[in-house]
Amino acid sequence: MTPPLLQLSGITKRFGPLEALRDVTFTLREGEIHALLGENGAGKSTLMNIAVGLLPPDAGTIAVNGAVQAVRNPLAARRLGIGMVHQHFTSIPALTVMENIALATGWPLRRQELHGRVRAAAAEIGWEVDPEALVQELSAGLKQRLEIVKALATNARILLLDEPSSVLSPIDAELLLSIIRGLTTRGVSSVLITHKLAEATSVADRVTVLRRGQVVHAGAISQTDVQALAIHMLGEPPPAPIPRTRTGGDVSITAANLAVERLGAGGSGVRDASFTARGGEVLGIAAVEGNGERELLRAIAGLARASAGRMTVAGPVSFIPEDRTTEALIGEFTLTENFVLSQGTAGPWVRNGWLDWPQAARRCADVIRAFAVQAPGPRAIARSLSGGNQQRMVIAGALERKPAVLVAENITRGLDFKATSEVHARLREAAAAGVCVVLHLADLDELVEVADRILVMVNGVLTELSPEATRIEIGRRMLGMVG
Amino acid sequence: MNRRTGWFVSLLPGAAALVIGLLVLGLGLALSGYDAVAALAAMWRGAFGSADAILSSLLPRAIPLILIGLGVGLSFRAGALNIGAEGQFYAGAIMATWVGLGAAAWPRALAVPAVLAAGLTAGMLWVAVPVVLRLRFGVLEVISTLLLNFVAEALVSWMVVGPLQETKHVYPQSDLLPLAARLPQLAGTRLHLGGILALGLALTLWVFGRKTLAGFQLRATGVNPLAAKVIGGVNTRRVFAAALLASGACAGLAGATEVSGTTYALFQNLSPGYGFTAIAVALLARLDPLATILTGLLFAALEAGASAMQREAGIPAVSVFIVEAVIIIIVLLSDVSRRKAIARGAGAES
Repeated sequence: MTPPLLQLSGITKRFGPLEALRDVTFTLREGEIHALLGENGAGKSTLMNIAVGLLPPDAGTIAVNGAVQAVRNPLAARRLGIGMVHQHFTSIPALTVMENIALATGWPLRRQELHGRVRAAAAEIGWEVDPEALVQELSAGLKQRLEIVKALATNARILLLDEPSSVLSPIDAELLLSIIRGLTTRGVSSVLITHKLAEATSVADRVTVLRRGQVVHAGAISQTDVQALAIHMLGEPPPAPIPRTRTGGDVSITAANLAVERLGAGGSGVRDASFTARGGEVLGIAAVEGNGERELLRAIAGLARASAGRMTVAGPVSFIPEDRTTEALIGEFTLTENFVLSQGTAGPWVRNGWLDWPQAARRCADVIRAFAVQAPGPRAIARSLSGGNQQRMVIAGALERKPAVLVAENITRGLDFKATSEVHARLREAAAAGVCVVLHLADLDELVEVADRILVMVNGVLTELSPEATRIEIGRRMLGMVG
Repeated sequence: MNRRTGWFVSLLPGAAALVIGLLVLGLGLALSGYDAVAALAAMWRGAFGSADAILSSLLPRAIPLILIGLGVGLSFRAGALNIGAEGQFYAGAIMATWVGLGAAAWPRALAVPAVLAAGLTAGMLWVAVPVVLRLRFGVLEVISTLLLNFVAEALVSWMVVGPLQETKHVYPQSDLLPLAARLPQLAGTRLHLGGILALGLALTLWVFGRKTLAGFQLRATGVNPLAAKVIGGVNTRRVFAAALLASGACAGLAGATEVSGTTYALFQNLSPGYGFTAIAVALLARLDPLATILTGLLFAALEAGASAMQREAGIPAVSVFIVEAVIIIIVLLSDVSRRKAIARGAGAES
C-alpha cells in the first residue's frame, strides 16, 4: 500500500495553559477531499496551521508521501506541495490579480510572461481571469478563487482550505465546492475545514472530527450521516429546533417606497422598499452583501436617514450590528460600562444625568447570570471574553431595553455551532414575547432556518417571496435571476 | 481591582522618569563643565527652597499649566486632538485685557468675573473655527488648531503695537490692568485666585468623568466613536464639538488668569509655551483631572527651578527641556509596554 499523501501523527500543541491539540493524527489520502469538522476552538485551524508551517507543534511529526519532514515555515510547506487558503482574504486589494499572484509565488514581474502564467494557473480551476483586474473590484467569489489560484500556482498537490465558504453567497459556495471536486481529477487533494455539516457530507470522501483538540471520529463519509457527525462534533445531540409560535401581533414597521443613500463606498443603498412587519415575527432579509441590506437595517434602527419614501417604526428599537469588536462593544471597556452604554438614558441607574455605577453593576451581574455569560464578573474587560460570550452580552443589552423592534445584522458571524443555535433561540424567544425581529444573515441556510418570512434585496429593491419558496429559489432571486 | 494600588503603580513610571531625567540633565551639565550639583541644588531651591519660591514662583506657574492641561485632557478623552491651546490661551488673554482695561470704574465683584468670562469665551470662539471646519468640511482639528496658534501669536504682536498698546505708544505692551480687574491674591505672594479655579475645575471634571452619563459617553466617544454612536445612541459629533469648545474655554480662561493674576498686562511671548507644555502635562497625567494637578505642579516646578538655575548658576533655563523630554519618552514607552501586556490578554485592568 502506498503511504498517505499527508500524515500528521501525534500532534500536540499548547498555548500557555490551553491544550489546543492533544495527540492528533490526521491522514489525507491521494485524490480525496477530506473534511475536517469541529466547532470553533476545536483546533481545526491550529492543526492546519501546523501542517503549513505557520505554527511549530510541541510534539508529533508531519510526513509527506511517507517521508517525515520538518515544516518550519510556509515556504518549506510550499516546496512540499502544500498550499493553504485562509479563512480571510490575504490578497492586496489595491493591486491587480497578476501582481497578487506574483507576490504569492515569487514569479518575476515580467508582464507578458506573467500574463500567460497567471492565465494558465487560473484555467486550472476553470477561471477565465483578467490578469490586470484590480482585486478590490472582484466579487467575494472571485477573490476566493484568486486565493485558490495563489495556493495552487506553485504546483501544490495538497490544498488546505480554512472555512472557505464562510464569506460566500450560497451560489458561490456551491461553485467553490465543485471547483474543489474538479481539482481532485487534476491530482490535487484537499482538506476542507468547516463547521457546516451539509457541506462536509455533500462533497467530502472522508471526514475527521475534532472536539476540544482531540480526534473523536475519523472515517468515510458514506459510513456516517449528518446526525451522527453533529453528535461527534458537539459531544451531545444538537438542540431540537425551536417551535414556531407565530402570532399576528401589532404592525411594528411600515415602509412605503423607502430609499436610503448608500453607506460607505460600495453597494447600492436602498432604492425601493415597501413592507410591513409585525410584532411576534422574525423577518429575514436575504441579500448578497452590498445590495442595500445594510442600509435598510440601519434605517430601521434610526442610524440612516430615508432619502425618499417613508417609514414608521414602533419604539424602542434595539440594534445589534454585525461587528462585535468595533461597533457592538467597546473592547477596552468593562462589561458594566458596555452595558451602561447600550442602555443610554433608559437605564434606571441614570437620574438627572448622574450615573449610579453600583446599581448598574448589580443589574449587569444579574444579566450575566441570566444569559449564562462566562465572565469573571461585571468588571471583566469585554475584549477578554470569547466571541460567543461577547455576543451574549450584546444581545442581553439589546433585549434589556424591552424593544418593540430588534434589528440584527449578521449576528452569528464567527460563532460556533452551539453559540449560533443559542442566538437563534434567543431571537425566537424575543419574537415569541412579541418583539418584531428583523434579521439579515449572510448565510442563507441559517436565515431560512430562523426566519418566519423572507424578503430578498437585490440592487436596493426589496421583494417578498411566497412562503413556499425553496432555498434554491431564494438563492437565484438573490443573484437577480428572476423566477 | 485594588484601585488604590493601581493608582500608586500608575505613578511609578512618572516618578522613575523624573529621577532619570534629572540624572541625564546632571550628567549633561557635568560633561559640559558645569557644577551639576550646584545647578540641581539651585533648581531645587527655585522650586521648593522657600515658602516664597513655592507660593510666588512654583504655584503661579502651575495655574495656567493645570487649567490648560485639564482642557486638553478633556478634548483628548473625547478623541479630539486640540493642540491649539497656545492660541486659545492668547485669544483669552487678548479679550481679557480688552475687557479689563475698560473695567476701571467697575466694582471688583463685577470686573473680575467679566474678565474671566471674556477670556473663557474668546478661547471657545478661537477653537470654534476648527470645530466648524472639522464637522462641515472634515478638516482635521490637529492641523487647524495648530495653525491657529500662529495666527493668535501674530494677533497679539499686532494688538500690543496697535489697538491695545499702552497709552504712551512706546512699548509693545498693553497698559496695566486697573486694580478692579485684577484677581485677588494671597497676601504677600503672587498666588492668585486662579489656583482655586484650577483646583475646582479639576475636581468638577473628575466628578463629571466618573459620575455622570455625559462624562461616560464622552469617554466612550473617545475610545470608540462608532460603538458609542451605534450602540449607545450618542451624538458623537456633538460630543466632539462640546469637548473641543470646553477645552478652548479652559485655555482661554488660563489666558485671562495670566493677565489678570500674574502679568497685569498683555505682551508678546506672554506664554512661555504653556499651551504646548500643557499637552505633556495632560498626557503624563493619562488625561486624569486629579493627576493633572500633580503633573502640572511637576512641570511648573521644573520650570521654576530652571529659571532659578539660570539666575544662580548661569545655566540656560531651556536645558530643563531635556528633563521634560526624558519624562515624556519614558512614560510613553511604559504606556506602550502596558498596552502590550493588556493585549496579551493579561486583562491588567480588571
